[in-house]
Amino acid sequence: MERFLRDLVAGLVFAAFGAAAIHFVREYPLGTAVRMGSGYFPAALGWLLIGFGAFLCVRGLWRWVPSPRRKAKQVDGLDFVKGDRAPAPAPAAAAWDWREATWSVRPVACIAASMLVFGFVMPRLGLIPALVPMFFVAARGGREFRWREVLILTLVMTAFAVGVFVMLLKLPFQLFPGFYLV
Amino acid sequence: MFENLVLGFAVAASVENLLYCLAGVALGTLIGVLPGITPLVAIGMLFPLTFTLPPIPSLIMLAGIYYGAQYGGSTTAILVNLPGETASAVTCIDGYPMARQGRAGPALAIAALASFFAGCVGTLLIAFVGPPLGEWALQFGPWEYCALMLMGLVASAVLARGDAVKGLAMVALGLLFGVVGTDVNSGVVRYAFDVPELFDGIGFTVIAVGLFAVAEIASNLESGERREALAAAISELLPSRHDLRDAGWPMMRGTAVGAVLGVLPGTGPALASFAAYMLEKKVATDPDRFGAGAVEGVAAPEAANNAAAQTGFIPTLTLGIPGSAVMTLMVGAMMMHGFAPGPQAMAEKPELFWGIVASMWLGNLMLLVLNLPLIGLWVSLLKVPYRWLFPSIVMFCCIGVYSVSNNPVDVYLCAALGALGFLLARVGCEPAPLLLGYVLGPLFEEHLRRAMLLGRGDPLLFLTRPISLAFMLGTALVLVAMVWPALRRKQ
Repeated sequence: MERFLRDLVAGLVFAAFGAAAIHFVREYPLGTAVRMGSGYFPAALGWLLIGFGAFLCVRGLWRWVPSPRRKAKQVDGLDFVKGDRAPAPAPAAAAWDWREATWSVRPVACIAASMLVFGFVMPRLGLIPALVPMFFVAARGGREFRWREVLILTLVMTAFAVGVFVMLLKLPFQLFPGFYLV
Repeated sequence: MFENLVLGFAVAASVENLLYCLAGVALGTLIGVLPGITPLVAIGMLFPLTFTLPPIPSLIMLAGIYYGAQYGGSTTAILVNLPGETASAVTCIDGYPMARQGRAGPALAIAALASFFAGCVGTLLIAFVGPPLGEWALQFGPWEYCALMLMGLVASAVLARGDAVKGLAMVALGLLFGVVGTDVNSGVVRYAFDVPELFDGIGFTVIAVGLFAVAEIASNLESGERREALAAAISELLPSRHDLRDAGWPMMRGTAVGAVLGVLPGTGPALASFAAYMLEKKVATDPDRFGAGAVEGVAAPEAANNAAAQTGFIPTLTLGIPGSAVMTLMVGAMMMHGFAPGPQAMAEKPELFWGIVASMWLGNLMLLVLNLPLIGLWVSLLKVPYRWLFPSIVMFCCIGVYSVSNNPVDVYLCAALGALGFLLARVGCEPAPLLLGYVLGPLFEEHLRRAMLLGRGDPLLFLTRPISLAFMLGTALVLVAMVWPALRRKQ
């Protein structure tokens, strides 16, 4: 991601949280500076976040405006992500691959989805029915997905989880619907 | 002085507790050594394991996990040139060449020995400095606490790597996350959106696991694997007498540097290991050897790193203000066990306080005993492919978060925070300041409200009370340090 875009997105995220904080703070009493109500501190934080967000947005836009004189100066040691300076060559239309294009969000989407699946199934059906889909969904987030390998991994790690969490640490988990060890 | 340490060891050194410590060290190293897992991820993933235990054994196991995970970070630095965290980046410079010459064994042993030596000195320092500092801190009013926390928060944001403005914004966001839940002063439930699970606030486990473990796996997967396998076989296991003699003085100098720099908030261990390495290069008669596998280049930064981590516990335990991300995790975990570090804790629960200090030392000792014979095992663990590891880490995260209160909402929230953490990391925002803000947020608000109430709304009291003024000046200094390079560039 280019540097100006990173500033812009970060600024928007912070400003959005700030705006949400201020929007919902109306339900809580503000109080005064001497006797702060429960809304005073979060409201102050909300405005602070909007301030930081606005600053980052402005800085992002400022960096976006091309200025050859400034370009040379912008290189400082603060940013760790490499390859920002040189803009990537635009990919040719024929080389467009949706797998590559969606790659950057796939790991996070798969992992979050696998956690959601686990959270949904766990209280309803128990640990083992929750872990199996969790492993398969999470493993889709990797670059390689081999059915047999994931199956073995699932079996081994599920056995490990039952051994450590249920038998050793005695967490009162349901293993299958209606089946408990502890 | 020493009666405190004796009390601590009396608490920590029962057979049962030692076993928990051993289990913690073993698990911490096991997970910390796995490729692509930083000490933070390892601690975040493992500390839910300690929840089922009573406070003292669980804190002792936590200390073991902490040391194991830290050492796991150094192990990967030496064996595969992959530093677990900034502080062990320096260890790579000479540790990895040593490993490539087949001297991985001596390098790991020297790292463990240096850590242990520094840990001993650090523990003694806590015993000497802790009580007077804690007594001094008992005089703090809400103004001093506010100013101190402000300094810690600002320093962690500005001195941490990355963009300072984003760091400050992350602190503010963390403070806001800390607000969620029932307000202790008025009983008003804030930002819970009628979700009963949020009435007690967002759980610490949820935030820590989401921001560190989940977000980090996603980032690792997205950027792909970058690691070199260790080509050379391990020819020696233990350091020779010559190695030990070479490492002796650097160890002591590193410890001294680390002990002083460790008390600084924000950067402690990382800064200390860099400074110690530079110092060794300065005093060495033949600085050319550095970078090509010099024993001193492993001993000094590892000692400094650990001494700094240990003295970092001084502000963490006596004042309740953690200095680094790992420390924040530790404080959060202690709070979950009903132990809020701070001057009151030292006075009211001495057995817990000194028990923790003693178990830190024991954890360090266990590390030495356990890890040297197991080097071969760590090496083979490094070959585990990441595509097997990451679903397993997700499993640990899910079960760990779920087990806190057997509630699926925590898992959903953790997934959402993981996604948020991933997005923020992509746009250059480090998660550590957010976690610090979240942990200190409720305390900060409480002290701020008390300060304003007691001072009848006079904000000048922050600047007229001497200790508070000193902290405020410290904060200002950090902020000036942040703006200074930008101002100079303009001219």
